[in-house]
Amino acid sequence: MISTDICIIGAGPVGLFAVFEAGLLKMRCHLIDALPQIGGQLSEIYPHKPIYDIPGHPTITAQQLIDKQMEQIAPFNPTFTLGERVNELQKQKDESFIISGSLGTTIHCKVVVIAGGLGCFEPRKPDIGNLKDYEEEYVHYMIRQPEKFRDQRIVIAGGGDSALDWTIFLSDIAKEITLVHRSDSFRGSPDSVEKVFNLARNGKINLLLSHKLVQLNGTNHLQNIALSDLNKEEILINADHFIPLYGLSPKLGPIADWDLIIDKNAIEVNTTDYSTNIDRVYAIGDINTYPGKLKLILCGYHEAALMVQSAFKFVYPERKLSFKYTTVNGVNAF
Amino acid sequence: MMENLITIKIEDRSGASQDIIVPTDVSLSLMEILKASEYDILATCGGMALCATCHIEIVKGLENLAIPEDQELDMLDTLPDADENSRLSCQIRLNQNNNGLAIKIKGSSEE
Repeated sequence: MISTDICIIGAGPVGLFAVFEAGLLKMRCHLIDALPQIGGQLSEIYPHKPIYDIPGHPTITAQQLIDKQMEQIAPFNPTFTLGERVNELQKQKDESFIISGSLGTTIHCKVVVIAGGLGCFEPRKPDIGNLKDYEEEYVHYMIRQPEKFRDQRIVIAGGGDSALDWTIFLSDIAKEITLVHRSDSFRGSPDSVEKVFNLARNGKINLLLSHKLVQLNGTNHLQNIALSDLNKEEILINADHFIPLYGLSPKLGPIADWDLIIDKNAIEVNTTDYSTNIDRVYAIGDINTYPGKLKLILCGYHEAALMVQSAFKFVYPERKLSFKYTTVNGVNAF
Repeated sequence: MMENLITIKIEDRSGASQDIIVPTDVSLSLMEILKASEYDILATCGGMALCATCHIEIVKGLENLAIPEDQELDMLDTLPDADENSRLSCQIRLNQNNNGLAIKIKGSSEE
């Protein structure tokens, strides 16, 4: 088990700055993030986009900002668990917490800081009949073991790169593949699009453009999928498995079940210290909400600074907190 | 019609429809205008064309809107329930030419 003072959920710019502010008060931090790299949406979604409202940087790209922040917190040696989503929060007898991740990591901490931004990115589900009935075994929103589909009849739905790439990859493994897309063209990478059209021409896959999903059918197990074309004519495609690949959408995820007060996907906080309704749990950055909230990186930084002042009493209950400037004290590594 | 004001028609998820008057001299996206008019729109990503929770269908006046950029088209293309009249309201800025625009809210209102 990992043991730390503060466990920060989310390794985006605000989570990283919380490490700095905590470090000034000699509190150690461990960060856990569902994404495989540090930086949150800045690194994942728009690493090359310039940001113009970071004080002191007339312009800085998102990735540069993350790199600079990593340099800034290096003296405080934060530790990271990446590519793992948090699942559970368990309060211990001594008021500390154990956080468990989706891959089995456990983190023991005195304070929890949720800096989860938009939440974690989860697969977007199509709104079609009977989807839920088959979800457990026959509907796959991501592909973990391609071998599972050997000699199976599968229907892949979607028009993005992941739908194209998995169609190409599985065309050698599955017995039968049908790729369904609601429009008549693909916006994915031209190379993948060409490969898919070639596979269709050579009869390796069944390509259904301008078709919509209607519903899944079958008794006990998935047997076929009903689709309709532009004229609303229905056809049935026999299938053992259905793989809808409609991209990822940000969701709060398991945090939504932690008994926090949530308003429209965001966690309500007290603006005195950005504490939530659960003692020792704070929420900072885009994931929180309060009257006048602005989803700005710099607001998240401010929230981090105030939050650590409040969290200090839980990490060092015996000590008195005295506020010090970095210009006076410098940055003391540990 | 007064200068810098236009009327647009909005249909919510329940099918209820109403006209709202919108100023065009403010730098707000249509998503922000809808939110300000108390429509239930998540807009989780805050207007970066990332979450598609502000997905709308243009019922009338599509031709008067600026052509969507690649990022918006890429996102729309991944959605299971989009069609040729779909747009992301966070990417739309209104001007005087959009008087009479009619839209229908599509994006999910909950997690």
